Amino acid sequence: MEYLLGIYTDPKTEPQPGTPEFEKIMAGYFAFTNEVNEAGVMRGGNALQPSESGSTVSVRGSKSEIVDGPFAETKEQLGGYYLLDCKDLDEALKWAAKIPGAEHGRIEVRPVVVFD
Amino acid sequence: MAVTDRFEEPVPVTNRQIDHAVRQEWGRVLAALLHRVRQIELAEDALQDAYVAALSHWPNHGMPKSPRAWLLRTAERKAIDAIRRAKVFQTKQQQLAILRELEGGAHDDDPSPFPDDRLKLIFTCCHPALPHEASVALTLKTICGLNTPQIARAFLVSETTMAQRIVRAKRKISVAGIPYTVPDAELWGERMAAVLAVIYFIFNEGYAALKGDTHARTDLCEEAIRLGRIVTGLVPAESEAAGLLALMLLHHSRRYARLGREGEIIPLDAQDRDKWEPDDIAEGLTHLMMAGDSASPGPYTLQASLSAVHARAKSFAETDWLTMIGLYDQLYAQNPSPVVLLNRAVAVSYSEGPQAGLAALKALEIEPRLAKYQPFHAARADMLARAGRNTEAHRAYDRALELTQNVAEREFLEKKRKSLTN
Repeated sequence: MEYLLGIYTDPKTEPQPGTPEFEKIMAGYFAFTNEVNEAGVMRGGNALQPSESGSTVSVRGSKSEIVDGPFAETKEQLGGYYLLDCKDLDEALKWAAKIPGAEHGRIEVRPVVVFD
Repeated sequence: MAVTDRFEEPVPVTNRQIDHAVRQEWGRVLAALLHRVRQIELAEDALQDAYVAALSHWPNHGMPKSPRAWLLRTAERKAIDAIRRAKVFQTKQQQLAILRELEGGAHDDDPSPFPDDRLKLIFTCCHPALPHEASVALTLKTICGLNTPQIARAFLVSETTMAQRIVRAKRKISVAGIPYTVPDAELWGERMAAVLAVIYFIFNEGYAALKGDTHARTDLCEEAIRLGRIVTGLVPAESEAAGLLALMLLHHSRRYARLGREGEIIPLDAQDRDKWEPDDIAEGLTHLMMAGDSASPGPYTLQASLSAVHARAKSFAETDWLTMIGLYDQLYAQNPSPVVLLNRAVAVSYSEGPQAGLAALKALEIEPRLAKYQPFHAARADMLARAGRNTEAHRAYDRALELTQNVAEREFLEKKRKSLTN
């Protein structure tokens, strides 16, 4: 089964670039990415630009509306994701707990729908 | 030979006997079925169909030699029919794989035991990714074989609400890929704790059901104890499972003594100990002994040990309070909760006198969590009364009464307050 592991962190409280804490986290992501690659479960993953860079589009009838920023105003924002192929939820949860962002933010684990 | 012939005549079977037999075997058959079918909904429906078949078949043909094997075989056939009709599978290949396994594993009349998969089922139902209340309902449904209306009544919610709760949980199990498996060593401790928490929650729900329609409510205490026995039977080395079972049995042993005719609470010091059930106490103490072997007993085992101190005392006056104080210290070391200190203070008040108990409570007054905790004020009122400080005791009972939400508790506290003036 494929799972999307969404990494939600608070940009205000997470380590900032240029600090040793930030370097440590980046090294952690590097190691994690290597580990999932070696385990053969990696199906994809990316870091995202900050949510201020986001735009939200909605179409109602023939009118399309574009709004600056993310849809939901929450402290924790989607900062990146991994797409992993796991045996079951327990395996996905184990990987999720290893993502460095889990230590200062949260990881949402969502199964991917399979269409016949 | 003529004698044996007579025994081959079908023995009349009542629906009640069928219900009982099916419920006894429900968890084991469902777990075995789930091992092959993998879809909880499908397995449950197939077993339900097998139960309906038993209701029409057994009265005419007598109870089968092994109801368990009969139910599994029949449910497997029902599952095969259902799979051919069903569209619940994510892929065609998945459906075919399950069909092949089911048809390949067709049983004959051999009642030989099949592996007990209930542990897998319990871990699935109590998976931490499920909402707690759904775990409770699913465990009662799948392992104990209760039906949705029974569970709804037990938790005082509507059947629709309970049915939705169960459907949502089952959907999550299948869609999110919650495994049907016993967790590995790395996850074992955390997952076992979740299972025990669900069982203890079920027990406490039953224990707290003081008033109201207790007859129509399923006895959740009995169901929790049954679950406890299943888990300790499957994992005898798990000391906290044995500790929890001991705790539940020791509490349950007082069920005829702890409530009066009107459903009012009778405190430990006023209970008629002849009404305590000796069989439950004996079974509880046996499990406690098995749990107590562990070098550092866990919280359930410690609480069971506390309960055992009362079970062993012939009268309230003969309670071994010093042992209790030592056990509360151990409990506090694991779980530094002010409630543990409150209970310890009560033990101190009996061991060293109400003044010493009040001194211990004084230190707890700064605890914000206890300021609005009814038992804190009730304990304080009781100690003040025992110290002869009736005016202060009266005020403490007033405070306790302000904080109580339970009818039985209210009546108990009012009675205590009234007895002060005499």
